[in-house]
Amino acid sequence: MIRSEVLKTLVPMISDELVVCNIGIPSQELHALDDQPSNFYMLGTMGLASSIGLGLALAQPKKVIAIDGDGSVLTNFGTLPTIANNVADNFILLIIDNGSYGSTGDQPTYAGKKTSLAAVATACGCENVVECRAEDTAAEMRKALDGDQMTIIVSKCESGNAKNPVITMDPVVIRDRFMKAVAS
Amino acid sequence: MDVNDRIVSDLVKNKIEFVTTVPCKQLAGVIDAVEESPDIFHIPSNKEDEGMGLCAGAFMGGKRPAIIMQNTAIGVTINTLATLIQYYRMPLPMLISYRGELREPVACQVEMAVHTKALLAQLNIPTYHFHQQSDVEELDNILQYTFMCNKPVAILTDASFWGGYGDQ
Repeated sequence: MIRSEVLKTLVPMISDELVVCNIGIPSQELHALDDQPSNFYMLGTMGLASSIGLGLALAQPKKVIAIDGDGSVLTNFGTLPTIANNVADNFILLIIDNGSYGSTGDQPTYAGKKTSLAAVATACGCENVVECRAEDTAAEMRKALDGDQMTIIVSKCESGNAKNPVITMDPVVIRDRFMKAVAS
Repeated sequence: MDVNDRIVSDLVKNKIEFVTTVPCKQLAGVIDAVEESPDIFHIPSNKEDEGMGLCAGAFMGGKRPAIIMQNTAIGVTINTLATLIQYYRMPLPMLISYRGELREPVACQVEMAVHTKALLAQLNIPTYHFHQQSDVEELDNILQYTFMCNKPVAILTDASFWGGYGDQ
C-alpha cells in the first residue's frame, strides 16, 4: 500500500475530525480524496505539521490528528520531546513512514534505512507509540480515536504517490474555514 | 514592578495565554516570569520554527500566542515566517533579545545583529526596538497592534534595555 491508499482507508473515520496535513503530496492526496473545512492543508513549511497539531490540541478540547511523514519528522526532530513532555490526550500523530521524501522524487530517508521513528519517539518519552503495517493503520486510528490517550502511530507503507493537482485554495480561506470548524 | 513582571502583565492584559520560548541569557528573567504566571501556558520549544508551528496551532485553537527568542532565530525562522505565519495571515508577537548590540561581550553575536533589522525589513515585519527600560511602556500598544493586523511583529530588546549582562 502507498500513502494515498492508506489515506483512503482512513477517510471514513477522520472526515469529521480536525486534521492538520503535511505539506506537498500528502495534502494534495487528502484534498482530492475528501476535502473538508476541518482539514488544515500545509502549503509550505516542511516539518511543522506535528507542531501545529500539538499547539491546536493543547489550545482546545477537540481531538486533533496530525498527518505527518517520515521525512518531515526527520526535519523537525525536536518536535518529539516537546510532544512527549506536553501531553495532550486529544492529540494523535500519524507518521506515514514510506521511507522516502515523496514530494520531491522519492529520495530515500534514513527512516527507511537504520533509523526507527517509533524507537526515537519512545526514547524521547512518548508513552503510547504504535508501529503498524499500512494495512492496519485504519484499525490503529480507530483505537486511538476511541481512546483517551495521546497516540503516535507510525504506519510503515510503500513509497509512491497518487497523481493529483496542487491545491490552489487561498491559504487564508483554508485557515478561516478551518478555524470555523474548530470553533463549531 | 520589575520589567519582567511588567512584560508578563502586558501579555496577560492582551489575553495572550500560550507562550513558547527558546532561552537566551538576557531572557532568563522573563522566561521565569512566564513560567510562573498562572494565566499563561508555557511550552518551551527546541527550535524557534517548531515554536512558531506550536503558536500557529494554538492561534487556530482560539488562544492568543507569543514567542520569546533570541535574534539569531531570525536566521532559523525566515521560511516559517513567510510560508506559515504571513501566508496564512496569523498574528504573532515576537519578543526578541537583540544580542550583538552595545555592551555585548561575545563577538560572534554581532554577526547576526548586523543582519537582524535588515532581514525583518526585507520580510515587511513591523519592528520595534526597546533600548531604554521605559520603552516597555509601548508593549501594550504593540500587542494590541499585532492582533489588530494579524501579522508577526518583532520587539527587539537590547542589552541596555535589560540593564547589561550583570557584570558591567
